[in-house]
Amino acid sequence: MENKKNILTTSNLSIGYHSKGKSKVIAAKLNLKLSSGNLIALVGANGIGKSTLLRTLTAIQKPLSGQVILNQREIIQYEMAELAQNLSLVLTERLPPSNLTVFELVALGRQPYTNWLGKLSQEDYSKINQAIALTHIDHLLDKKHYEISDGQLQIVLIARALTQDTPLIILDEPTTHLDLLHKVSVFKLLKKLSKETGKCILFSTHDIDLAIQLSDEMIVMTAENVWQDEPCNLITKGVFTSLFNDDSITFDNEKGKFIISS
Amino acid sequence: MKTSRRNTFLFTTLSLTLVLALLVNISFGQVAIPLKEVFKSLMGSPSEKETWQYIILNFRLPKAITAILVGMGLSVSGLLMQTFFRNPLAGPYVLGLSSGSSLGVAFVILGAGVLPSFFSSFLLSSYGIILASCLGSVLVLLLILIVSQKLRDTMSILIVGLMFSSFTGAIVSVFSYFSSAEQLQKYTFWSMGSIGNLSWSNISLLTVAVVLGLLLSLFTLKSLDALLLGENYARSMGMNLQKTKYTIIIATSILAGSITAFAGPIAFIGLAVPHLVKLLFKTSHHKTLFLGTLVIGSIIMLLCDAVSQMPGFEFTLPINAITSIIGAPVVIWLIINRKNRVV
Repeated sequence: MENKKNILTTSNLSIGYHSKGKSKVIAAKLNLKLSSGNLIALVGANGIGKSTLLRTLTAIQKPLSGQVILNQREIIQYEMAELAQNLSLVLTERLPPSNLTVFELVALGRQPYTNWLGKLSQEDYSKINQAIALTHIDHLLDKKHYEISDGQLQIVLIARALTQDTPLIILDEPTTHLDLLHKVSVFKLLKKLSKETGKCILFSTHDIDLAIQLSDEMIVMTAENVWQDEPCNLITKGVFTSLFNDDSITFDNEKGKFIISS
Repeated sequence: MKTSRRNTFLFTTLSLTLVLALLVNISFGQVAIPLKEVFKSLMGSPSEKETWQYIILNFRLPKAITAILVGMGLSVSGLLMQTFFRNPLAGPYVLGLSSGSSLGVAFVILGAGVLPSFFSSFLLSSYGIILASCLGSVLVLLLILIVSQKLRDTMSILIVGLMFSSFTGAIVSVFSYFSSAEQLQKYTFWSMGSIGNLSWSNISLLTVAVVLGLLLSLFTLKSLDALLLGENYARSMGMNLQKTKYTIIIATSILAGSITAFAGPIAFIGLAVPHLVKLLFKTSHHKTLFLGTLVIGSIIMLLCDAVSQMPGFEFTLPINAITSIIGAPVVIWLIINRKNRVV
């Protein structure tokens, strides 16, 4: 894709948290660049700080130092409603019980644009229908959200984020709890969406081999460093072997997958 | 758009039921007045008997209006709390607002003996009781506001509300232990709830409070829809969580506080009505639920009041007993039947 636009960049970003007056740095000097039309995977071992990074990138948590810049403006300067028009999320948490239908759930994505009573306009309906068409969930619309499978729900939540009509979508582990077939179909959908809509899509995942095959770029977090590059370049650099601090797991550069030696 | 046709049908039916419930409510009582006469009186034409007209205008109509205000206010505050706390068992009781009111009133009625006599005679007047009740719920409101500043998650606020209820209960028992039989009786009567003793000027006060609370609630409906996906999603869709939280807390305290002050602590309406509405309308859309709650809350309260003075009874049953007798089994039935779905 030509004309790739930088959607989100970080400059000298340090992430971490404050506790008892001391600041604990998880990763420092991050200079990441997320551009439009790209599908970007964020990988790293459990507890390495993926969530902290995502929380910082989505302005839920403040950076220790440095900046997160979304569309040429620092992210902490956005009003809530304004941010919601630039960044949408798909989270791992379970939805609270309710009677929402799939259509109503997808339509909620229009909240940043509707009036104080949440009335949907003609434009809102057309955005909702676009998202439904892109994700092929027409047959689910009248179902309650608890009546569909986990895989279907994940796709419905992606449709909700699409309806929010933001240049950047961030997904937190969208493929956990899914079987291989559904993992692949979620990944393929994300790939298709990034190409067809020109959105920038960032997702965290533990399905590294799938991510290597399907994503345009990857951000790899290890205790020592954070890399951002195309998957094949990361393989050549041997980054994946250092991913897990364990001698029994090695990355086979030829086959592009992890090998467990006993 | 099948649902919108269904909703129109439901609302038409419910509105007719509301009118019918109003007429039935006014016609019931120690003096039974025929429905036709009730209708004539309300339309402004002279009734067959002058006493009927007098009873209707000075007793029955104010009582019916109070019932509607109480039904609407408590049900809506229950609806807001259930979504906000994501807890089907939340209601005005759970935040401890009614307990706050009760504590205020118990303080006045049961504790009056300790105070100087000129002071206690003022406190024991109906104004004193109203004042004490409002102060009680405002106090709890302030406490909850302070707690919600410290604790960010809503579950903790819920637990604080519950603890406050037990605390209040304990204080009231201590008071009762030291008070006379007469005082106890007076407090017991208040705590049974009554919607029949309000003057027109009290009703206008209550109307202002309830309308204010309902208007505030209107502004939270959109955020409540967003909260159906949880706080994090709601925030990511641009909802201002703090603002919504304060609006909901203030709206519910105004509703519950004013109603408890004038009508006593009325149980189960705030808890049961939103469940019935969700069951009937099969939606989580708060605009629909809000309207449904207003209508069904009014109907249920009018009917409960009508039942409490069935023709042929020589006395009026306490309204709180009726709402509990109807409300408790409804809630149990709902919980048993809920399965995966939320009521």
